[in-house]
Amino acid sequence: MRIPILKLQNYLLVSVQIELDDQTAMQFQEDLLGKIHETGATGVVVDLTSVEIIDSFIAKVLGDVVSMAGLMGAKVVFTGIQPAVSMTLIDLGIHLKNVQTALDLEQGLIKLKQELEEK
Amino acid sequence: MKGALTTVPIIKELDIVGARQSGRNLARDLGFGSVDQARIATAISELARNIYLYAGSGEISFQEVQGASPVGLKIVASDHGPGIENVSKVMEDGYSTSGGLGAGLPGVKRLMDEFDIISDDNGTKIIVVKWLR
Ligand SMILES: Nc1ncnc2c1ncn2[C@@H]1O[C@H](COP(=O)(O)OP(=O)(O)O)[C@@H](O)[C@H]1O
Ligand SMILES: [Mg+2]
Repeated sequence: MRIPILKLQNYLLVSVQIELDDQTAMQFQEDLLGKIHETGATGVVVDLTSVEIIDSFIAKVLGDVVSMAGLMGAKVVFTGIQPAVSMTLIDLGIHLKNVQTALDLEQGLIKLKQELEEK
Repeated sequence: MKGALTTVPIIKELDIVGARQSGRNLARDLGFGSVDQARIATAISELARNIYLYAGSGEISFQEVQGASPVGLKIVASDHGPGIENVSKVMEDGYSTSGGLGAGLPGVKRLMDEFDIISDDNGTKIIVVKWLR
């Protein structure tokens, strides 16, 4: 399974609509970095509204995506994290400290625009 | 009183997803709310991945139990892998032999209400329970 990545101006938009198995998560990491390189995108919004669980492996992959995208000059914002998912992440002891989040896709885009304009 | 036992084999990577979906459905049928369903599914995901990664194969079984509260879900993850050398070490946050976050087992303990682990060179058995409140 592959997660579609859309381009909008300087941004990439991703909405994760499927259950994330390990293979799909790794493929997504690779595809997203490839797409950042190809398009020169400066911001990425990843919407997780439909994601019902994030375990420590998926959390690591998502955290790594942020660091790797950062090295390539792109900021990543996650949106739509379900309350139940945020609570289980805390139980796991995962705080995703360097990860930017916003309520929904629209807020995510606004956040990216603000951050990128500040520079 | 104990309910029927359901067992899910963990052999390939996709079985991790299958096990957590089965567990979540069972939890929902037993009346657990969405946050506890997510906790249970996450715990199963951690246990199933450990079986797949460190033991190669094994199984996860689910059973409805009674005890501290009238309804509980008991989950047993068992394998015949190499076992865990230092159990107290792996229960520390951040300890991993595979470059993982090392959040798995200590996390499972926090996600669930009861946690037991038996491990020797014949394999590993982890028994956890979540009580319905
Ligand atoms: N079923 C198992 N069989 C053998 N070793 C295991 C098993 N489960 C966990 N371990 C060991 O315990 C360590 C910690 O596991 P865990 O807390 O899930 O963190 P992680 O999987 O991120 O390393 C693993 O790195 C591994 O060495
Ligand atoms: Mg683990």
